[in-house]
Amino acid sequence: MRLEYTERQTKFRAEIREWLAANVPSHELKSFDTKEGFEEHREWERKLHSGRWSAVTWPTELGGRGCDLIEWLIFEEEYWRAGAPLRVNQNGIFLLAPTLMEYGTEEQKKRFLPRMAAGDDLWAQGWSEPGAGSDMAAIRCKAVRDGDHYVINGQKTWSTRAVFADWLFGLFRSDPESSRHHGLTFVLLPLNLPGISIRPIKQLNGLPGFAEIFFDDVRVPVENRMGEEGQGWNVAMATAGFERGLMLRSPGRFQKTSKDLIELYKDNRETADPSISDAVVKSWMDSEAYALSTYATASRLRKGGHIGAEASTNKIFWSEMDLAMNEAAMHILGPSAELMTQDGEAGEISRWLDGFLFSQAGPIYAGSNEIQRNIIAERMLGLPRS
Amino acid sequence: MDFTFKEDHIDFSDSIRKFLMVEAAPEMLREIWETESGRSKALREKLAEQGLTALSVPEEFNGIGLGDLDWILIHQELGYYAIPDSLSDTAYLAAWLLNNLPGDAALKKEWLPKIANGSARIAIAHPVNPMVADAGNADLLLMWHNDEIHAVQRKQVQMTLRTSIDASRRLFDVTWKPSDATRICPASHGASLWQGLLDRAALAAAAHLIGLAQRMLDLGIDYSAQRKQFGKPIGSFQAVKHQLADVAVKIEFAKPVLYRAAYSVMHDKSRRSVNVSHAKLACGEAAWFSARKSIQVHGAMGYTWEADLQMFMKRAWALNAAWGDQSFHKKRIADFIYSSGAALGPGETFT
Repeated sequence: MRLEYTERQTKFRAEIREWLAANVPSHELKSFDTKEGFEEHREWERKLHSGRWSAVTWPTELGGRGCDLIEWLIFEEEYWRAGAPLRVNQNGIFLLAPTLMEYGTEEQKKRFLPRMAAGDDLWAQGWSEPGAGSDMAAIRCKAVRDGDHYVINGQKTWSTRAVFADWLFGLFRSDPESSRHHGLTFVLLPLNLPGISIRPIKQLNGLPGFAEIFFDDVRVPVENRMGEEGQGWNVAMATAGFERGLMLRSPGRFQKTSKDLIELYKDNRETADPSISDAVVKSWMDSEAYALSTYATASRLRKGGHIGAEASTNKIFWSEMDLAMNEAAMHILGPSAELMTQDGEAGEISRWLDGFLFSQAGPIYAGSNEIQRNIIAERMLGLPRS
Repeated sequence: MDFTFKEDHIDFSDSIRKFLMVEAAPEMLREIWETESGRSKALREKLAEQGLTALSVPEEFNGIGLGDLDWILIHQELGYYAIPDSLSDTAYLAAWLLNNLPGDAALKKEWLPKIANGSARIAIAHPVNPMVADAGNADLLLMWHNDEIHAVQRKQVQMTLRTSIDASRRLFDVTWKPSDATRICPASHGASLWQGLLDRAALAAAAHLIGLAQRMLDLGIDYSAQRKQFGKPIGSFQAVKHQLADVAVKIEFAKPVLYRAAYSVMHDKSRRSVNVSHAKLACGEAAWFSARKSIQVHGAMGYTWEADLQMFMKRAWALNAAWGDQSFHKKRIADFIYSSGAALGPGETFT
C-alpha cells in the first residue's frame, strides 16, 4: 500500500489542470438535451479530442493516451474540479468503448473508436422496451437475419441521448424462437436509417433527455453486430458492468458536489437548521469513501483483478449518496430551491434543482437498485435465488 | 499509488483467521465470559505463540517491530472473533506509547519484553473514556493526568468493577493519586503522545467494529439460508435479501476508509485525526447497521441469549462509543470541513 502519487502522476495532473484552465468554456453550455446544447457539447468533445483528452484510457493509435485507471481517476478529478461540461458522449466513450475493446473485431474498433473519440459519432443506448425494464431478458425487439443484413422490427424506450445522437447500440432478439437471455444479439446502428422513427420523451425538467425508438423493417448490415449472433446477453452484461461499476460515475463528480454543498451550508449557516450539518458532514464522508473505494478497485484491477458484484454495491452507494447530497441542498435553499434555470434571476442556485431532479433517476437507471440488491444478495452473499 | 495490501499482510491475517476460527469458537467465548476475570490465560498464551503480542515491540526488545498498517487486518480479525482479551490495548497501544516515551529507557526495558512474550497486561486510562477497560487484571496502568503520562501498579489504585451489557468487557472506575514518582512523561511531550494514542485506539476500535459488522452479516446469511418459512429458506425472499445486501454495501464502503486511516496514522499525515474519525464513524455505523439488520433477520432467535449473534452485537454496541463516541468524532470532521481553506473536493483524497 502506497497512498501517494508518483512524480509521473503528479505531472500528469498538472498537465491536465493547465489544459483545462486554458480551454474550459467560461460560460455554461446549454443543456445537451436541447438541439443547440447538444451541438455545443459536441464542439466541446472535439476540443477535448484536439488536446487528446477525450478518451484518455484508450490506446494512442485510437486517439487516447494509454492511461491506466489511476491516471483516469486523476483526469476525472481535474475534470470535475475545473467545472468542465458534462460529457455528451459518455454512452460511447465510457460504456460502449470498453465493450468494443473486449468484444469488437479489429475492423470494428478502427471503424468506430476514432470517430467516437473525435465527437463525430455520438452514441445512444437501446436496452429497455415497454415490456423489458428491470427484466431485460424479456426483450422482444427483433433483429432477424436476412442474408448479410439484420431486419429490425419493434420498439426500444428510455433511450438516453437518442433524440439527437448519431448512433445506437443495443440488444435485439435475433432468434424469434428463443426466450430469456438466449438468442439475443448486440447490434450497432446509425439512427438515420430508413424505417426508424424517434419520439422524444420529456423528462421531469421538460427536456427530451430520452426517447422511444420505433423500428419498421430497418436493415442493418451483419458487420454491425458485436460478438457472436445469439451471444448478445454476455456482451451486454459486460457493458452493464462498466455502467454500474467504475466508469459511469467517477468519484470526482460527487466530491465536487460535496464541496459545493459544504460551501452552500457555510454561506447559509445563520438560517439553516443545524441538523442539516449532519447531512453535510455525511456528504464529505461518503464522497471520500466512494473515492477511496474506487482507488482500491482501480489498484486491484491494475494487478489483474476483475470487477464483480462490487459494480452493484457501487451503483447503490453513489446513487443514494447523490440523492442525499442534493436533498440537503434543497433544504438549505428552502423557498428558493424550486426556481429553475429557465428563471432568469435564479442564477447559480438553480443548478441544485437540476442536480436534485437528476438524482431522482440515479436509483432507477443502469439497473434499478432493487435489482442491484438481488445481485449482491445472490452473487456476493450466496443467498438462495427466489 | 497502490491501494492494495502486500501479500504478506494478507497471508498473515489469513493464518490468524484460521487460528482464531479454531481457538475462539463462540462456545469458548461463552466460557470465558462466565469466568470472574473474563480473561483466559490459555487464550493469551496462544495469542502470544502466534506472535500477536510481539507485533509492535521493536526487535531490540524481543519483538517483531511492525507498525499500524500491519495491525489493521489483525484488529479486524480480532473483532470478527470478538476476542475477549486486552491484546490491542497492551500489544498495540501500550507498546506504542512506551516505545515512544522520551529519554530514559528503563520502563521500556522493563515492560516491552514482557509485552512481547505475552506475560504483561497493560491498561490505559484516557479522559475520553469515563472508565478504564481491563484495569482489574492489569500489571501496569498508564494514566492520563493533564496530558502527563503516569505509570502505576495495580496496588497503587482503587478500583470498582462496573457492569457492561457486553459481558466480555471488564470496565473499572479507577481512583489514584498522581505524584512525581508516578510521572513518566511531562505534559509538554505527553500531549502529542496522547493524541497519537487516541488516534491509534480509535483506529483499532474501528477495525474491530468492521470485523464485527462482517461477522454479524455472516451470521445473518447463515441463519437466513437455514431457516425455512412458507416452505422456503427466508433468505430467498427479497425483503430479507435486501436488508443483508444493504449491510454488505455499508461494509464495502467502510473498509477503504479504514485503510486510508491506518495509512495516515502510519505515515503521520496531516489529516491523520480526521481520517481516523471518519473510519471510526463509518465502521461504527456499519457495525450498528449490521447488528440491527442481523437481529431482524434472526427474528425472535436474535433476541435470545442462546443465539451467538448477541455476543457480537453487544460488543459492537459498546465499542462504538469507546475512544471517542459519535459526537466526538463527528465534531472533529465538522471542524475540519468547515474550516477556512480546508482542502476539499476532487483531487484532495490523499492530501
